[in-house]
Amino acid sequence: MISAYLSQAAVIQLTLILPLLGGLMVWALGERNRNLREAASLITAILEFVLVASLTSDVLDGGRPSVDMLEMFPGLMLTLTVEPLGQLFALIASGLWIVNTVYSIGYMRGNKELHQTRFYVCFTLAISSAIGIAYSGNILTMFVFYEVLTLSTYPLVTHSGRPEAIKGGRVYLGILMATSIGFLFLAMLWTYNITGTLDFQSGGILADKVHGPELAVLLFLYVFGIGKAAMMPVHRWLPAAMVAPTPVSALLHAVAVVKAGVFAVVKVIVYIFGLDLLVDARADDWLILVAAFTIISASIIALRQDNLKRRLAYSTISQLSYVILGAAILAPISVAGAAMHMAAHAFGKITLFFAAGAIYTAAHKTKVSELDGIGRTMPFTMGAFAIGALSMIGLPPTAGFISKWYILSGALETSNALVILVIIASTLLNAAYFLPIIYVAFFKEPQKRHKNAPHYEFENHGEAPWPMVLALCFTALGTIVLFFYPEVPLALGQALVGD
Amino acid sequence: MIDIPDLIGLLNYWVVIVLMMSGFYVVIAQGNLIKKIVGLNIFQVSVFVFYISMGKIEGGSAPILDDAIEIYSNPLPHVLILTAIVVGVATTALALALVVRINAAYGTIEEDEIQAIEHEEEDVAC
Amino acid sequence: MLTSDPWLILLVVVPLLAAPVCVLLRNATAAWAVALVVSWSIFGIAVKLLIQVLEQGEVFYRIGGWDAPWGIEYKLDPLGAFVVVIIATIGAVVIPYAKKSVENEIQKERIYLFYTMMLLCISGLLGITVTGDAFNLFVFLEISSLSSYVLISMGQDRRALTAAYRYLIMGTIGATFYIIGVGLMYQMTGSLNFADLSTIMPAIADTRTVLAALAFLTVGISLKLALFPLHMWLPNAYTFAPSAVTAFLAATATKVSLYVLLRIFFTVFGEVDLFATFPLQPVLIGMALAGMFLASLSAIWQENLKRMMAYSSVAQIGYMVLGVALATEAGLAGGIIHLFNHALVKGTAFLAIGAIIYSTGAVTLRDLRGVGKSMPLLMAAFIVAGLGLIGVPLTAGFVSKWQLVTATLEADMWPLAALILLSSLLAVIYVWRIFEVAYLRDSHLAPVKIIKKLPLSMLIPTWILALASLYFGTHATLTMDIAHTAARQLMGGM
Repeated sequence: MISAYLSQAAVIQLTLILPLLGGLMVWALGERNRNLREAASLITAILEFVLVASLTSDVLDGGRPSVDMLEMFPGLMLTLTVEPLGQLFALIASGLWIVNTVYSIGYMRGNKELHQTRFYVCFTLAISSAIGIAYSGNILTMFVFYEVLTLSTYPLVTHSGRPEAIKGGRVYLGILMATSIGFLFLAMLWTYNITGTLDFQSGGILADKVHGPELAVLLFLYVFGIGKAAMMPVHRWLPAAMVAPTPVSALLHAVAVVKAGVFAVVKVIVYIFGLDLLVDARADDWLILVAAFTIISASIIALRQDNLKRRLAYSTISQLSYVILGAAILAPISVAGAAMHMAAHAFGKITLFFAAGAIYTAAHKTKVSELDGIGRTMPFTMGAFAIGALSMIGLPPTAGFISKWYILSGALETSNALVILVIIASTLLNAAYFLPIIYVAFFKEPQKRHKNAPHYEFENHGEAPWPMVLALCFTALGTIVLFFYPEVPLALGQALVGD
Repeated sequence: MIDIPDLIGLLNYWVVIVLMMSGFYVVIAQGNLIKKIVGLNIFQVSVFVFYISMGKIEGGSAPILDDAIEIYSNPLPHVLILTAIVVGVATTALALALVVRINAAYGTIEEDEIQAIEHEEEDVAC
Repeated sequence: MLTSDPWLILLVVVPLLAAPVCVLLRNATAAWAVALVVSWSIFGIAVKLLIQVLEQGEVFYRIGGWDAPWGIEYKLDPLGAFVVVIIATIGAVVIPYAKKSVENEIQKERIYLFYTMMLLCISGLLGITVTGDAFNLFVFLEISSLSSYVLISMGQDRRALTAAYRYLIMGTIGATFYIIGVGLMYQMTGSLNFADLSTIMPAIADTRTVLAALAFLTVGISLKLALFPLHMWLPNAYTFAPSAVTAFLAATATKVSLYVLLRIFFTVFGEVDLFATFPLQPVLIGMALAGMFLASLSAIWQENLKRMMAYSSVAQIGYMVLGVALATEAGLAGGIIHLFNHALVKGTAFLAIGAIIYSTGAVTLRDLRGVGKSMPLLMAAFIVAGLGLIGVPLTAGFVSKWQLVTATLEADMWPLAALILLSSLLAVIYVWRIFEVAYLRDSHLAPVKIIKKLPLSMLIPTWILALASLYFGTHATLTMDIAHTAARQLMGGM
């Protein structure tokens, strides 16, 4: 429909520009016209999703539309290319942005946050750069938008301006900048020096050019250079960023940031190294070990967290390594599973964060130990939370089951006993830290706050404001829908390794 | 072995180096701003001497065009040094002017005293 | 051979003649107007010459019609034209900015002298760049130096006087070292013309006199360049000079010194395999690295904004020298392109600081509280500059870093690549200290008071440089090509 009016190249560029225009509108409207401002955010988000979605069918048919934005260095373009994995990521990011905007409106107003205009403007910048990463046609483009994403999310992480927010912001920026400048930049230039190109090509560009230990070192630089993938030991920024308002956490965990990280890792493995090269050289054995270690140890740490958001943060770290693991197994089916897991985790985790934010807004509770009986006063929220948790554990009827199934199939195919063991163990661990929350929320008697305790005024709370509840029910529903209709993400995942 | 005739033949260089190093030493070692300028002047003058002596050719006459003269000294270094002297005078004038202003502002032209005053100021500022 | 091109001499003569005109006018506004017209016309001439050099090759002018090497020859190659454009651009941006800034910082009856000195300084710097004669270069070096001592001493704080005095002593020693080196070379070759010297040099390169000449030249220029550890004069001079002067000198003076170093290393000694004959490379790389790390560390601890940026300049000079020290085409291109990009970035930073001083009177970090909110447009430009110092993509700094790291990788010196990246992380720290204070810390307290509204004549120049740094950060093809052409020519591959 859109293609009738605009060329495809224009549409691709517009997906980057539209959020910026939206941000400009938001800024122009400002605090005085807050209703109009929120409307502008929402409409931008919806239009963005429509634009991104309009590219899907062409990609599924094998099209790889591409457009050069500008010549940055002699012979090196800032290029956008739509390919299956990027399309999947763009769909997730732009789709969840709509829900997140609805939720943000409820959250920011419900908690009377300051600087709301700055918040929405930075949000649009972050989305624009996430789409830029998704559609990046070469590593240079990816790197540029990767850095822009780091910088544009920094004001969101430090939104409150309190000392702990500034401290968290330092860790966030410090780790992400240090890894990207120290490792990723070096890896990029090294690749360029060897191959003379930075384009993402199916089958990889490094084949026959790098061998043995050099290959392992380069892979190391890439994987840890992309700090947003939160592989241990460069995961610390994620819990540190928990000081941010909940919609930002959702943005970090589900919509843009960590997804950009694992997406970039998968993209580098598939399009720069190429599966065949890594299979032949066995250069990524260590990657499987690190991913496995991250999955298990992050789960164990999550088990011991009483702060709900921190528990979710460590859960994210462990789930991200599933994606890396899926790609590192190097079997086509598990790579497709990794792509699927990006979608599944996005929907599941955003639901969980929305629920945590709703609990905070309605009841001002942040700890797991305070949640006794909360399911009775907030049935929708906790119901959605349960669905999200099931998806994290990987039980039907949720999307997490499907992705885990594919990754496990890949492990069986390559008869990698370690991976199978890790997946089983982590499933048990996931259950161990999510099921008790659901149990106490629904089956335990609520504890009464003492009259003089802080936040006593929130004692007789109901559900959070309706935009928040609407948003989290929607994403929970999405988790289930993805279980019954996983065609689009799976098709994109298979197209990624199929061609 | 030190070759005595060579030593004497290089006399102009010895003078230049002694002047240069003593001037340089005065610039570094003296705490008085005026004496530093004196040192700087000695340092510069040593270079003037170096250039001028370089242009001298044994038996050469002053570079005035005349049929009777066969060997001239090289006039170019002399002309160059004329320029350098002008520059040196300008530098000295500016340096002295600065010292006058410093004396008015600080009430002293001793480097250590000025530094003490500046440190005090910085401590107050922080 | 091309005939003499009079535009070349105009570049030097116009500001040189305009300077005494300013003295005669004795009026602040009139002097400013003269300076403005001159700086803008120079900018026009510089761009014209750059285009001409790139399209048709080198441009010459022979003073008095005497042929080189007897007469003084002015000569512009791609590198020179590039540096001329940098000086002219910064001049054309700083002069309009200076009007309000100077009215605020210098006594009214001395303002016409400020513009006089500014014009002399521009003339001197341009002269250094266009001349092909070693002694003539000394004269211009002293013209630019003497005028910059005066400019620095015009600062409000009395420490400006001692800073200027110290700079004068160090600068004069540097310049004197330079003429000692020139004298030794003249003694061996009988020539002062760069091109002529380069043809004679191979025959005598392994004599001790030439080695001594090279040592004197290198140390003398390094003093003017503020190469670590010869940078001691720079932090105080930049801190206490009037803001417009700091911005101008930071963006041009040290850059021109680097240009002189390139001339000596790659034109005069161009036919000699300099880096194989003399043990220059380890010394230069060592000093560059020490500067990059130690000066960046010093910058982190500074409370005074101008001093912080001054130390940052010392560190950035380290990057340029590192590129030069690689002595490959890619390395030289890295040094040259960083010379351009850093002029834009640091120019923006100092112009922004000057504007903050104008509006709030604040110079220390803690006085910046909430400036991000009260002066959003200006701080945005400052942040652009800060990101450029770090080398974040889309800013000019990224282009430099790209080229420098590429050059080290090409030369198989990957530890250097790692060190470059590591030291740029130090820049993250000091830039972020500013950012946090300006936007975040104590945001509940009242932001610093705006005493005077910021005039557009200061905001617009700042943004012109900031936008230029963004433009050349995203469209680096032009600057990269020029840098590569210049580097190729220096390496003798034309």
